[in-house]
Amino acid sequence: MLRFITSRLLQSLLALFLVITATFFMIRFVPGGPFTAEKAVTPEILRNLEAHYGLDRPLWRQYLDYLGSLGRGDLGPSFKYPNRTVNEIIGDKLPVSAELGALALAFALVIGISLGTLAAVYRNTWIDYVASTFGMMGISIPTFVVGPLLVLGLAIHLGWFNASGWYGPADRVLPAIVLGFAYAAPVSRLTRGGMLEILGQDFIRTARAKGASELRIITRHALRGGLLPVVSFLGPAVAGILTGSFVIETIFQIPGIGREFVNSAFNRDYTLVLGTVILYAVLIMALNLVVDVVQAWMNPKVRLEG
Amino acid sequence: MSAPTSAVPEAPEALEQGTSLGHDAWLRLRKNQLAVFGLVCLAVVSVLCLIGPWLLPYGYEEQKLELGASAPSAMHWLGTDTLGRDLLVRLLYGGRISLGVGLAATFVALTIGVVYGAVAGFFGGKLDAALMRIVDIMYSLPFPIFVILLMVFFGKNIILLFVAIGAVEWLTMARIVRSQVMAVKRMEFIEAARALGFGKRRIIFRHILPNILGPIIVYTTLTIPAVMLLEAFLSFLGLGVQPPMSSWGVLIKDGAEKMEEFPWLLVFPAALFSLTLFSLNFLGDGLRDALDVRSSKD
Repeated sequence: MLRFITSRLLQSLLALFLVITATFFMIRFVPGGPFTAEKAVTPEILRNLEAHYGLDRPLWRQYLDYLGSLGRGDLGPSFKYPNRTVNEIIGDKLPVSAELGALALAFALVIGISLGTLAAVYRNTWIDYVASTFGMMGISIPTFVVGPLLVLGLAIHLGWFNASGWYGPADRVLPAIVLGFAYAAPVSRLTRGGMLEILGQDFIRTARAKGASELRIITRHALRGGLLPVVSFLGPAVAGILTGSFVIETIFQIPGIGREFVNSAFNRDYTLVLGTVILYAVLIMALNLVVDVVQAWMNPKVRLEG
Repeated sequence: MSAPTSAVPEAPEALEQGTSLGHDAWLRLRKNQLAVFGLVCLAVVSVLCLIGPWLLPYGYEEQKLELGASAPSAMHWLGTDTLGRDLLVRLLYGGRISLGVGLAATFVALTIGVVYGAVAGFFGGKLDAALMRIVDIMYSLPFPIFVILLMVFFGKNIILLFVAIGAVEWLTMARIVRSQVMAVKRMEFIEAARALGFGKRRIIFRHILPNILGPIIVYTTLTIPAVMLLEAFLSFLGLGVQPPMSSWGVLIKDGAEKMEEFPWLLVFPAALFSLTLFSLNFLGDGLRDALDVRSSKD
């Protein structure tokens, strides 16, 4: 187990290094710089600005400097927000996106697992068909369709929620549902498949023969194995929720890290782009590792290979 | 069942007579109502998008500013947008772009994935280990983020959009093809081909690939909606197709901005887009059953 984790960590570090290097050089070879959009910048001021941020030094020097400060956990100053560091900006915006993502994931898991379990237990009844239809909807109707339609119906026409903003608890409801909806569907399909397979096995029949109640059989015996496919889906799901939040944050005007990332790319805010890309890469890799470990813990049959 | 004397069921007999994979699958697909529904919808939508714009008396850029956003009417069946452009024409033009991106990017992903997976699976050993390790690493990268960066930096070029999306979507195809090739390459007819002295390339492309077409077709059908979603996602963020051209993502984005006053601008594009994705997914699921591919999602 320890060997597996170490080798995966090393692999992730290599991938992270590739991400940093590729992003660093890619944004530098792109026309335009962080100060080109500002009007009335004389060549002299531009030179001073670039000197201030170290942009006048050779590229390889800047790259090494960046790696050096990164090693100290410093993501550098933002080029677009004067007097603010990338660390501060991420510290400001990440909690918002993390809250949104966590709520969405919770919604997806609760709805998806309940629907999937019901569909498996009441197989080939109307409950099963409703759940499958729901699953198909979640896969085929994108968030940027569901989001505006729900806003149109529930916020604008019925006035139950605010159409945008991120202030009170009520403002969390629509964004979390819309973001989670797309993942509730695959979760329910995977749960159904996994549960069907488990419910047909001998140890479930044994439990039934011993007189365990149906509820107990499902919650205590079947779910642990039946949820395995869901666990392996969690890695991609969390990654998808992270990037999906770009759209949600745009629709609902939520001050999260996703919007900041898209804006920073438009603004050529080199350090902020790099900082957010690194953040996303680290998050996705860490979550994938956690998912692999949890999967192994739930199913001893899964062999861990570095 | 009607005639008890016919002891031999019909289907296996047909198989023994050597019905082609395609014909056999088609017979099974026809029984799946949802898949047939998807197929018909797709055909109708594609034909409308292809020939519709020629039949309608408006251009996708043609503005009637004095008309503004008007509700659906006899003149403009789906209404007009805030610049007085006919929504139906823009929807059909947008469909060309969305379906085109879907097909082209899927083709890129298909080509890379099949060749990569076939090489890894066929040669095996160290080469396979190295190639699949690369795929593992790429899987763990935040790819949509790179696609966003590419689109922001390199000028929202539609060709680039194809390539970028295709480059993201080939990974799963490579994994599927690899595992299938590994299963097929041990079979006797491959041994026979080897004994006849055929070259490796000929064995891969003429003997192995035709035998794993089923999973490839199924996964291709399921990749198209994924790709179209990604294109619409980018267009929704303002990074995909640029005005005055339209795509379904662009129309949904514009509609979402004005849905309070002019809901039809959101509802029609959203409905058509979702219908198309539904159809593709139904068709993909139906094909999976028809070609009897065990659903493998990793």
